[in-house]
Amino acid sequence: MIKTDTYNLDHLSELEAESIFVIREVAAQFDRPSILFSGGKDSIVITHLAAKAFYPARIPMPLVHIDTCHNFPETIEFRDRLIQELGANLIVGSVEKTIEEGRVQEETGMNASRNKLQTTTLIETVEDNKFDACIGGARRDEEKARAKERFFSHRDDFSQWDPKNQRPELWNLFNGMHAPGEHFRVFPLNNWTELDIWNYILKEKINLPSLYFSHERECIKRDGQILAYSDFLKLREGENPQMMRVRFRTLGDLTITGAFESDADTVEKIIDEVAATRITERGGRMDDKRGESAMEDRKKEGYF
Amino acid sequence: MSDTNITSNHNGLLRFTTAGSVDDGKSTLIGRLLYDSKSIFADQLEAVEKASKQKGLEVVDLSLLTDGLRAEREQGITIDVAYRYFATPRRKFIIADTPGHIQYTRNMVTGASTADLAIILIDARHGLLEQTHRHSFIASLLGLRHLVVCVNKMDLVEFDENKYREIVSAYRSFSSRLDITDITFIPISALNGDNVVKASENMPWFGGSTLLHHLENVHVGADRNLQDCRFPIQYVIRPQTDEHRDFRGYAGRIASGVFKPGDKVVALPSGRETTIHSIFSGTEKLTKAFPPLSVTMTLDDDIDLSRGGMLVRPNNQPDITTELDVRICWLDEKPLNLSTRLVIRHTTQEIPAKITSILYRININTLHRDEEDLIVEMNDIARVTIKTASPLLSDSYRNNRTTGAFILVDPSTHATVAAGVIR
Repeated sequence: MIKTDTYNLDHLSELEAESIFVIREVAAQFDRPSILFSGGKDSIVITHLAAKAFYPARIPMPLVHIDTCHNFPETIEFRDRLIQELGANLIVGSVEKTIEEGRVQEETGMNASRNKLQTTTLIETVEDNKFDACIGGARRDEEKARAKERFFSHRDDFSQWDPKNQRPELWNLFNGMHAPGEHFRVFPLNNWTELDIWNYILKEKINLPSLYFSHERECIKRDGQILAYSDFLKLREGENPQMMRVRFRTLGDLTITGAFESDADTVEKIIDEVAATRITERGGRMDDKRGESAMEDRKKEGYF
Repeated sequence: MSDTNITSNHNGLLRFTTAGSVDDGKSTLIGRLLYDSKSIFADQLEAVEKASKQKGLEVVDLSLLTDGLRAEREQGITIDVAYRYFATPRRKFIIADTPGHIQYTRNMVTGASTADLAIILIDARHGLLEQTHRHSFIASLLGLRHLVVCVNKMDLVEFDENKYREIVSAYRSFSSRLDITDITFIPISALNGDNVVKASENMPWFGGSTLLHHLENVHVGADRNLQDCRFPIQYVIRPQTDEHRDFRGYAGRIASGVFKPGDKVVALPSGRETTIHSIFSGTEKLTKAFPPLSVTMTLDDDIDLSRGGMLVRPNNQPDITTELDVRICWLDEKPLNLSTRLVIRHTTQEIPAKITSILYRININTLHRDEEDLIVEMNDIARVTIKTASPLLSDSYRNNRTTGAFILVDPSTHATVAAGVIR
């Protein structure tokens, strides 16, 4: 509900209005736009905003899921149900297929993950479908390399990001002009924080995968992190899966997403927990801990 | 429910910009606001402490929090506008933190374009400097209505009231040439936190509020233009499904004014009159819509209206013109060339345009006009005239920060080469 008794908007309504404007701008400026859908809360919020932006029409662009095939089964079930509800079009890019066809080599070793491999599949999916814009759910507050991200972020013919040569972005005037083969990554949630996302989920009563809420699951402890036990995880010596009461703060691959012990089983309790937490959201992700510039390097190569 | 919950951020959103060099304590001030409002996380602080030690610094260098790119850390400079976020129980804040050294004008203009308020930092030992003039002028050019002048490093002048009064009076006499009505002065010490979040015990002579208290309470709602109704059409929604066979909705963001169902409106550029039937935000029907809401409107009549068009009120219309008198900030590495064909992007309009004459350049340090040297290079501000291939639906920037602003794009390189405001 938007309160119109005064002319002042609460900050979530203002953020919503900005994001809807950006999403509509993508539909208006590009020929083959798409929404990158990971199954995580941010991309679920994006999808919710897109449905609002074009109501009563359907979302006029496909949802694209880059599937590492190491996903939590809950994520995939949730994705398929949402797609059906929205009557949206889903395109799946499979990392498994990229590996089978020999275009990337699977990482080996204890901390092997498919996080980096996703980039190749993502770029291939963009090229195969000739997408000229991909909407993503990234936010500036997630990581310091993202604090300087534009709403319309230009990618060259090789899907690369050049942080030193970004187009200046003023007011709400977005310049999406590009040469054939180039594309844009667009980030409508740039100005949202993790807490804004949760408060919006509460306000709009948005459904989320059960993984975000406290539940019992088999886990192992490794390098100070709690990881979900699954067939994809190679156990080290001395590691014993044990039942724990956990939830996830972000949803990446089974192999890299850290869980933490929590009793928060409602959105309200999660908000209280997030507000009190002293560790950033991505603090639980092994992929960001591969060095000071881990995120910047992956972004330059074409990562989300 | 926790303090930081939405239900209590009742003063909404405040976007502000800070500008300055490393030396005047800007990073320390931002660090102080983030730190004292508990917006820095434990792992972030730990990373910054570690990095400061590696660089051999004795104190924690809070600029490392904002300098996110590898090149910036390596060279110890800030390259680009960085956006920082923090919230208090009263308000959510977005800081556009602009660097002081490289491409400062371009970055400051970018940061100020979306801001409601600017913080100007003055070192109490040095008083007004060139950069004080520069920052203040750009804030004024970009139509900011609120300035906060922080006289910083008061600890280094023994918290001397006279020193502070001198600076305030010097700034007042300079700022009379600017177009900013609300200027607030606060003596602070960002390093020690005096008057930033907590009132200073060292300056009992100061009766004003702390910086954070001011930021939490400054009223920016009145800055929005609620008089002149302007609704630029962004996208036309036609579901073409059985359920909504004849639905035709005009989607966009209200630039200014208040729209209600039943209002008589004129569709521009056709000039056809009709009436607003309904206004939607998602599935919800609104009884009125105002800036900055994104809505969808349906009309009583089927008329010719598409992206780039605008709905306005019959008795209050924008300028419809192909000739513009503007001030621009040049953003491109190649200097302005009058023969280059450009595209102007203005609200949702995109029209071929060219710059027809350069009237003068403005020296942003002295505010003097230079009518002799008319070579406009990156970071220059100039007054020019523009001709467009078809009419622009515009207002003066002073009255309308949405319909008065534009960018120029070079269609051969796709670069955004200039940002401008209409007189």
